Amino acid sequence: MSKEQHEAIKENSMLIQKEMLAKQFKELSTATELGKKVVYTFVPGNLTELILSFDMLPVYPEINALQSGMRKKSADYIRDAEKIGYSEDVCTYVKCDIGMMLNGNIGPTGEKLPPPDLLLLSYTGCFTFLKWFENLERLYPGVPVAMLHTPYQEDGKISQDQVDYMVKQMNEEVIPKMEMVSGKKFDLERLSKMLVNSAKAEDLLVKVLESAKHVPSPIDAYFAGVYYIGPIFTAFRGTEEAVEYYTELWKEVQERMRLGLGPITPEGELKEEKFRLVVEGPPNWTNFREFWKIFYDMGAVIVASSYTKVGGVYDQGFRHDPNAPLESLAKYCMGVYTNLNLPQRVDLLEKYVEEYKADGFLINSIKSCNSFSAGQLMIMREIEQRSGVPVGFIESDLVDPRYFSYANIKNRLESYFQMLGQRKIIMKQVEAEI
Amino acid sequence: MKVLEEILQECELLAFDLNFSRAKQWKSEDPKRIIVGYLPIYVPREIIHAANGISVGIMGSGDRKQIIKGDAYYQSYICHLPRGIIEMALDNNLDGFDGFLFPAICDCVRNLSGMFKLSKKGKFQRYFDYPQNFDPNIGGTFYKQEIGKVIDDMFAINGIKITSEAINHSIGLYNKNRFLIEKIYEIRQAAPWKLTAVETYYILRAGQVIPVEEHNEILEQVVSHLQNERGEPMDNIRIVVSGSFCEQPPIGLIKSIELAGCYIVEDDFMLGSRWIQGDINATTDNPLEALADAYINQSTFSSAYYDVGNPKGKRLVKLSKERDADGIIFCAASFCDPALLDRPEMQKECDLAGIPHINFQFHENTGQFKVIKEQAGTFSDSIKLWA
Ligand code: SF4
Ligand code: SF4
Repeated sequence: MSKEQHEAIKENSMLIQKEMLAKQFKELSTATELGKKVVYTFVPGNLTELILSFDMLPVYPEINALQSGMRKKSADYIRDAEKIGYSEDVCTYVKCDIGMMLNGNIGPTGEKLPPPDLLLLSYTGCFTFLKWFENLERLYPGVPVAMLHTPYQEDGKISQDQVDYMVKQMNEEVIPKMEMVSGKKFDLERLSKMLVNSAKAEDLLVKVLESAKHVPSPIDAYFAGVYYIGPIFTAFRGTEEAVEYYTELWKEVQERMRLGLGPITPEGELKEEKFRLVVEGPPNWTNFREFWKIFYDMGAVIVASSYTKVGGVYDQGFRHDPNAPLESLAKYCMGVYTNLNLPQRVDLLEKYVEEYKADGFLINSIKSCNSFSAGQLMIMREIEQRSGVPVGFIESDLVDPRYFSYANIKNRLESYFQMLGQRKIIMKQVEAEI
Repeated sequence: MKVLEEILQECELLAFDLNFSRAKQWKSEDPKRIIVGYLPIYVPREIIHAANGISVGIMGSGDRKQIIKGDAYYQSYICHLPRGIIEMALDNNLDGFDGFLFPAICDCVRNLSGMFKLSKKGKFQRYFDYPQNFDPNIGGTFYKQEIGKVIDDMFAINGIKITSEAINHSIGLYNKNRFLIEKIYEIRQAAPWKLTAVETYYILRAGQVIPVEEHNEILEQVVSHLQNERGEPMDNIRIVVSGSFCEQPPIGLIKSIELAGCYIVEDDFMLGSRWIQGDINATTDNPLEALADAYINQSTFSSAYYDVGNPKGKRLVKLSKERDADGIIFCAASFCDPALLDRPEMQKECDLAGIPHINFQFHENTGQFKVIKEQAGTFSDSIKLWA
């Protein structure tokens, strides 16, 4: 098979995703005319299937913020939010979202996003979510807010009491508000059917992510991974389209594995996998391409990342369960990565380093995000002690370009890769001697 | 009765004793006693007391400790409080503590609970989740379960089974504590010159680290002293300080605000001691329910508490009016998402109500107050000029 053909296969899943997104944003731009109700909500611990089961359309402000970052709009949005009193110190996703709203709420496709009919505050894994929607509630006066408090996995496990607490909130707070806003009755059967699709797509996503255990890895599980998780972490989980997308993606990945090919980068296929890394923390969006390039130029492939688990840690076995819809939504919310306690996070990352045969562990620490960042230096030490691989630490921000210093990051990464390279040589020598 | 100056000196020493000597001494008197440290803002200290424990508020190291190791655990863009606490933990200041509670006020405190777990500090380290659902059957039940976990943690250490009578007794003591604290605020409301904000701070903070019975005695004596004249009224404005509920401003900062011509008639410095407004039922067969009801119905407003339906901006304005304040100073720790994300909407409410306001950011170890003093002075002057 020729190189063009591999890229054409790859492109197919990308095209499918592109079409899905275009359709989604088109639908959103005509929502008001068509009388469709719109729900703003968050990615971690989202109740997408429930929203869709009421024929409402979900909007994810975090996704809008990251898209604004990628489209180089975030700097202005953040500045505008700061002008009306938001501190320079706080999460830039919030400021970017508020700035976008102040500037007409133009979405990633250039079309205006409809205002919310319901703010679904799925308060999962991040305290700032609470503050964010308290702010939005005041900026969209009169819009109802449904609060779903997700208990933290304090004890490193999910207890039945916690599940009951969440299900009660869904039954008595979330679902009645959705019924009120949508004018429809809750349809458990419909939800359940959607969860069948969710589980199918989740199976496929796990296969895709775990393909990176293969050497060489056929995927980059961070930079490309953020595209792979897109549909399932947002508006498409539970739909047929998502299943089709992941079926196609998995087909392409299998083909790449069969041919022993490396991941596709924006500049084509990676020819030689030199370093395999596990990365903790979200990426930077304002300079996403430049950031990625530093890695692929050095032959570094991210084989596993925590960021691709913020919308669900499916690779550890969780699946939405059509036989227990609300309970499984509750367990899903509690199981997302940022809702795990620190020891669980360390255990998971350590496992990744081992199972994915990583050469190194790297943290991209995000200035905005206390949920991820507070404690990362300790995580780094733990991983270093437990796994013995070299660890690296860089800092940037999600959508505030003022905190992305290309030269600084490049320097640090180059020294880090140099260290990894030397270690590899030494290890080879040791192996040869043995 | 001790003279007030002596009490104040003792309180100052207690408040900033980062070795928590009084609590440790108290524990040493009985092998079944335990120390449970807790971070801001609030935990129901009654249950710790009922389990033969002392709850110790760990309010940070402030400007009283040089941070060396703690900085290696935190990036520069994370507030100062947790690094000071890590420094204390690594310097063995917290040795002798049996457990730690980390209330659900932000992700820094949340993740700090995990850091304590990883480093196995104390016999238990528990993130104490506040319900954000305020239906007694949903959030109330969850809250009782959270309390139940802490009770189990403590039982595993000292084997003391807590009874309803014991909790009721403890609730009674804390009711008294809250009542006396409010009494001091009322006295200061009428005559703020009688006790400065810094002195009030010492008294309240001392209460975080000593047995509640001893603190009640101190408070009673202070209240009694304040029946007499003390100090001279000055031409100061009356202000509310808001946003310092977790990382504490250094004393120098509070002093600077006062020296700039402001009476601080309300604040949220030691919010945990004042979180529950009014008495909790101390005569019920189900005291856990009473604690849960109090959390749901009698909590003050705070950045840690979901406020849709009862916005904190409006509550701040109401409080400011009740205190007859001339203005509000928003004074939050740098990088404190909860306080700083609340600020714009709270300021908007102040604008709507015509209440002047300014804002500062600080670190607990800030050493320079010149700018703050100037800003507060200008604020005070402008209010006096336009009032
Ligand atoms: S703090 Fe982190 S998880 Fe929370 S909204 Fe900001 S970026 Fe997202
Ligand atoms: S100062 Fe603010 S951000 Fe820091 S620990 Fe306290 S509440 Fe959290």
